Amino acid sequence: MDELILARSLFGTTMGFHIIFATLGVGIPLLSLISEITYQVTKDKHYAVMAQRWTKGFAVLLGVGIPTGTIAGVQLTLLWPGFMEVVGKVIALPFQIEIFAFLLEALFMSIYVYAQDRLSASMRIISLSLVTLGACASAVLITNVHAFEGTPAGFRIVNGEIVDIDPWAAFFNPSFFVTGGHVAVTAFMTGAFTIASIAAFKMLREKGLTNVYHFHRKALMLALITGGFFSLLTALNGHDSAQLLHKYQPEKLAAAEGLFETQAYAPLAIGGYTDRESKEVKWGIEIPWLLSFLANNRFDEVVIGLNDYPEEEWPPLFVHTLFNAMVGIGFLLLGLSIIGFIWHDLMRKKSFPKWMMWLFIATGPLAMCGIEFGWIFACTGRQPWVIYRVMLTEDAVTKTGGIGSLFIMFGIVYLILLISVVLVLYYYFKRHPVSKEI
Amino acid sequence: MSDEILAITLLWMFVFIYSVAASIDFGAGFWSMIYLKKPHLKATDIANRYLSPSWEVTNVFIVLIVVGLVTFFPTAAFKIGSALLIPGSLIILLLAIRSAFLVFSHTAYNKYKSLLYIISGISGILIPALLISILPITQGGFIDGSNGTEQLLFSELITSGSVYTFIGFGITSTLFLSSLLLADYSNVAEETKTYQIYRTKAIVIGPISLIMAFLILLTMREEANWLFENMMSEKIWLLLSVITFIIGYIFLWIPGKKVKGQPRGAVLFVILQYFIAGYAYGKAHLPYIIYPDMTLRIGFTDPNTFRALFVVYIVGFIVLTPGFYVFWKMFLKDKRYLKHT
Repeated sequence: MDELILARSLFGTTMGFHIIFATLGVGIPLLSLISEITYQVTKDKHYAVMAQRWTKGFAVLLGVGIPTGTIAGVQLTLLWPGFMEVVGKVIALPFQIEIFAFLLEALFMSIYVYAQDRLSASMRIISLSLVTLGACASAVLITNVHAFEGTPAGFRIVNGEIVDIDPWAAFFNPSFFVTGGHVAVTAFMTGAFTIASIAAFKMLREKGLTNVYHFHRKALMLALITGGFFSLLTALNGHDSAQLLHKYQPEKLAAAEGLFETQAYAPLAIGGYTDRESKEVKWGIEIPWLLSFLANNRFDEVVIGLNDYPEEEWPPLFVHTLFNAMVGIGFLLLGLSIIGFIWHDLMRKKSFPKWMMWLFIATGPLAMCGIEFGWIFACTGRQPWVIYRVMLTEDAVTKTGGIGSLFIMFGIVYLILLISVVLVLYYYFKRHPVSKEI
Repeated sequence: MSDEILAITLLWMFVFIYSVAASIDFGAGFWSMIYLKKPHLKATDIANRYLSPSWEVTNVFIVLIVVGLVTFFPTAAFKIGSALLIPGSLIILLLAIRSAFLVFSHTAYNKYKSLLYIISGISGILIPALLISILPITQGGFIDGSNGTEQLLFSELITSGSVYTFIGFGITSTLFLSSLLLADYSNVAEETKTYQIYRTKAIVIGPISLIMAFLILLTMREEANWLFENMMSEKIWLLLSVITFIIGYIFLWIPGKKVKGQPRGAVLFVILQYFIAGYAYGKAHLPYIIYPDMTLRIGFTDPNTFRALFVVYIVGFIVLTPGFYVFWKMFLKDKRYLKHT
């Protein structure tokens, strides 16, 4: 394999691994915050216990999230020195401000976890709010570098030299708000559904409507409502994201939808796979006119197809499947949370049928898959560019060599970390069952 | 002051803050491993009470150094990044293992605790050793750029005396600074027995770290004479650094209120010592980031970007000051936390 593929695989693995912990690191504090506030309003002690237990789990997850984030930051410099040279000159601000956001999170995280018994109720809520704010802001800011890669702004290249640099124009590049927002709302959604999964699983294991059952039922409903709310925001924001692609990276949208012919009244292909030979989506369901409408809110909108671009500039065609999977999961989760809400709060049922419980258990893993598919789509869909129409990925990669062995080493370490974090969490909560705390 | 000097000063400040904070952090991890089997001495307990809330904040500063380097000196970062692919990867891998197992060891079952402590303790000593060896690399002679890309010369590196004296200095400083701070910490917590343990450690290791610093100068004369010459014109600072060390050391013997020694004074003077020595080294190193090709001017970022970054640094630290204050009050001052068992 050539070094470019290896470097991309290594960095992709790092990000794919880090993103699990980063997403939960943004989502779970929000859930803790909501339950801490619910506790102050209802004075129902269950909610205070929830906030504490989730934060404890969050603190353990940070033990992997922080070091893998550090790895990602350093690996950027080590694997993509060409890219980082442009980053350093043009899009340095988000990296730097992210550090402050992260410092905020780290400081108040420690304060909330290790000084909890000495904090007043309002100080606890302030600390958790700042943790959530810090976590969310760091995610949005780091994503801004990704946004910049897709819609670069704030500089010009003249004879290979970078000139006319405006760091704030680069910071507020066209896709900053939409892309950053997408990462934030999906992280909240995924954090919520992860909690929902665990709560649903615990409810299934509980015989009868015990106190513990009600604890988990409250957790499930809090998580489903939060998750449903943010899935709705995700859907709205996802629509903006697609329109942004239509405007700024049309070939990425074309690959996502498997569209080859440039056309008005373009159809939306759902499912299937994109066939390079026959230049069409096979086995998919085509809905006439819909893609044009989604792209710019009108049926006669002309959507550009892949045929308008030389084949070497096409993104990989499998992104159609990733894109479909991501969107499909989003709508499925939205539907499930609505069903759960209707069943529990409108029909006033005390318990859920078993099939519904298993679907709730699936929400967390599904949401996480959606996150992974979305990131792989976003990053491979930009290929062959590392900075869209400015720098090719192959020109950014390190020329040092020897990445293969590094890939194996990092892979082993990620595996060890993954296994140990699961074991640590499992045994911790096994030794501290919720029945003892409520 | 020119933009370049301002930038390198800020970056060097981050390096200084990280090296002191990380020395204490890594050293505390090491001591908590050493005293694991002697819980009645509370040495592990005290070390952990410091470590639990602080490691994340410390870890931020290493990211700050990388980001500072990449954003202020992108071209230098390009060269360093290319040359340090392998050792840099090793460092971050160890750092990942260390941080993760540190967190795990606080949560895990007692049966597995000792294993987790050993992993985080040993990697905690290896990391400072690897990190500090970046300094001799910047002094020249270890990077070959002739093939169009920067390659680290491993054989030169492992046969260089400089590298070993720096590593020795890094490890002894880690142990010295951490035992000093933990001595102070246990003194505030009124754990006399623990205080005596860490005070003795500091008394023994302090002079060794100073000897290591002299050995660095000796090997520097042989291997990086340009830097040695520059250092010699900073004699006054080197002398001042030795004096502050001696004052700090004396503070460990001055009778305190209840115990022998005044650790707070010792901590402050020793940190001052490292600050002065760091200033002298950094000043002598200029204008080179990596000798002899990479100077401040060649590698500097765009002036517009620099101004934006600089403003954000100032604003950022001002905004965060109350946060640091609350943190300090909660974990380094509040006796309820320090005495909590």
